[in-house]
Amino acid sequence: MATMLCSLMNGQTAKIVELPQGMSGRRLEALGLRPGKTVTKVSGMPFCGPVTIILDGRQIAIGHGICCKVAVEPLAGRKSSR
Amino acid sequence: MKGCSNCPPGGCLRHCPNSTPEGRSAEDKKVLLVGNPNVGKSALFTRLTGVHAFSSNYPGTTVGFTEGTLRFEGTRYRLIDVPGAYTIEPTNEAEEVAKRIIEEGADIVVVTLDATALERNLNLALQVLAMGFPSIIALNMVDEARHEGINIDIETLEKELGIPVIGTVAVIGKGIKELISRLQEARPGISVPAEERWSRIGDIIRAVQTIEHRHHTIKDRIEDLSVHPGWGALLGVFAVVGSFMAVRFLGEGLIDYALDPIFDRVFMPFFEWLGPMLGGEGSFIFRTLIGTLFDGEIDPELSFGLLTTGLYVPLVMVLPYVAAFYTVLSFLEDVGYLPRFAVLFDAMLHRVGLHGFAIVPNLLGLGCNVPGIMATRILDSPRERFIASTLISVAIPCAGLQAMIIGALGDLGGHYVLAVYGTLLASWVILGRILHKLLPGYSPELIVEIPPYRMPSFRDIFLKLWFRIKGFLIEAIPLVLVGVFVANLLSASAFMGTISNFLSPLFRGLLGLPPETAGPILLGFLRKDIAVGMLLPMGLNPGQMVVAVVTLAMTFPCIATFIVLWRELGLKDMLRSVGIMLLAALTAGGVLNALFALAS
Repeated sequence: MATMLCSLMNGQTAKIVELPQGMSGRRLEALGLRPGKTVTKVSGMPFCGPVTIILDGRQIAIGHGICCKVAVEPLAGRKSSR
Repeated sequence: MKGCSNCPPGGCLRHCPNSTPEGRSAEDKKVLLVGNPNVGKSALFTRLTGVHAFSSNYPGTTVGFTEGTLRFEGTRYRLIDVPGAYTIEPTNEAEEVAKRIIEEGADIVVVTLDATALERNLNLALQVLAMGFPSIIALNMVDEARHEGINIDIETLEKELGIPVIGTVAVIGKGIKELISRLQEARPGISVPAEERWSRIGDIIRAVQTIEHRHHTIKDRIEDLSVHPGWGALLGVFAVVGSFMAVRFLGEGLIDYALDPIFDRVFMPFFEWLGPMLGGEGSFIFRTLIGTLFDGEIDPELSFGLLTTGLYVPLVMVLPYVAAFYTVLSFLEDVGYLPRFAVLFDAMLHRVGLHGFAIVPNLLGLGCNVPGIMATRILDSPRERFIASTLISVAIPCAGLQAMIIGALGDLGGHYVLAVYGTLLASWVILGRILHKLLPGYSPELIVEIPPYRMPSFRDIFLKLWFRIKGFLIEAIPLVLVGVFVANLLSASAFMGTISNFLSPLFRGLLGLPPETAGPILLGFLRKDIAVGMLLPMGLNPGQMVVAVVTLAMTFPCIATFIVLWRELGLKDMLRSVGIMLLAALTAGGVLNALFALAS
């Protein structure tokens, strides 16, 4: 069942399904984030602050607005991708 | 070596023994150092050329480009350290610059890859290879990758890409010799069409990389906590307070125990001996070099001679704080803390139309506005760059100005220093809000890679500190001397009186300042620290001093900032920015004056 990256719980792992269109999607892709990749959410800052995820063992901080446009499919049972 | 006479200044320091006896070779080869941000290109560049390029542990340290030369077996290589780019389909100004440099062409491209994040790095590598330049790969940070359980089969990677791959650890110089000796082997590699790029990268990764499972380490734990809302904020407060205390401790320590005593015991007796030989107090030379005497004594803060105040302000009052600030900043940079600041401040910076990473230029601006404004190139849009540059030049006091603020107001009471900082911070927030509301456009979202924490190399921190201090000395001292000289001339001429009279209504009425303060505030255009020095002997009360210092800090940028604003924003936007500065300065000064009037 697909949801959005920003609505994951801390520590939850998910597979990227779709990136937003336009420049922000291109920037995410340039950072190696693209459909099929597995990420783990580390934390989200309050007041619509950025969400930090781990992709291939590396932290990436993504603004709240974009996070809510990245469709993901949560994976059960896997806590961390480090 | 005869070849040395042909070396450009600063070039070929390390490899002169290899240069040919006849000097410049006919074969000058242009070599580009290309790679993702924060993969160690600048460290590699420094190792290859001996020309120091700034490196830090965050993406976007290099926003312009640096050039240097390397000689090897009779060939002269002209190396260019290209700003870091994730892609050459540009998504910001730094990538735009990178793209332009690459498109101009090169004889050899050294693609630097971060072995700990190979997959993402290969994206840029394949883009560059598709352009067909003879290329060679420096697979950097192989030690860190191995430490993280990532094994990369270099021979297979060479076959997959069709070009030489050399494992390097640029910060300690490992693999550099091999890289240099194999530069000649650079050749065009595979050319993969854009639509097949990622699937090809997947194939390559499967063929060359194995990852051993690794347990969470303490470092991972700290990295996760640093971006946690509660713990991260606590760590952030600790970092800010700790940095501030460290700067004060180091700066004050240097002044009280080293520089002030030296000036007092060595320089002052020399001036007292020199004074009478210059013709005594009345002569022009004496007034220019030594300045005015107070109760028959030289006062290095107030005398305003080229040798007295002209040296005392930059070397004794300002330099220690500049050194202390850059020591702390360099440490934070190399550990990799700054991008975490970006995460903490992102929500707040969105309120002024910026995103979290704008905290980096603002922090750099606390040292000197010039590198701060240069660093706004890492931001995405011209709108953000205008807002950030304007906010930096209006409300971020540089280290020189701060040292003088503390020097001038610290003795009168800490709350006056706080009043200045509080006003600047409030101006930063309010002006940011206004600009965000008024300017068309929107604030883009933060997307930033957060590098792992790294143990800084103290040699690198020291080198960086040395280059920054040298930069300060070269830039500041001549301007301070000119400032002191001009101030001296003006005080003797009628010109200052005319200006003061002209601006008198504004200064008396709006700011509650004596019109003579117009002089220092205008001379702030040369350097702001010396301008604060000019305010000292004017007998202002503490409230007036706060108003004058705030107005001085916020009005015209100093000349160096003015030039960089012009270059970065263009003439029209620079003029708009300066207009905003004047308005903001008069508003803040006027409001402060009104508040002080109410309070008394």
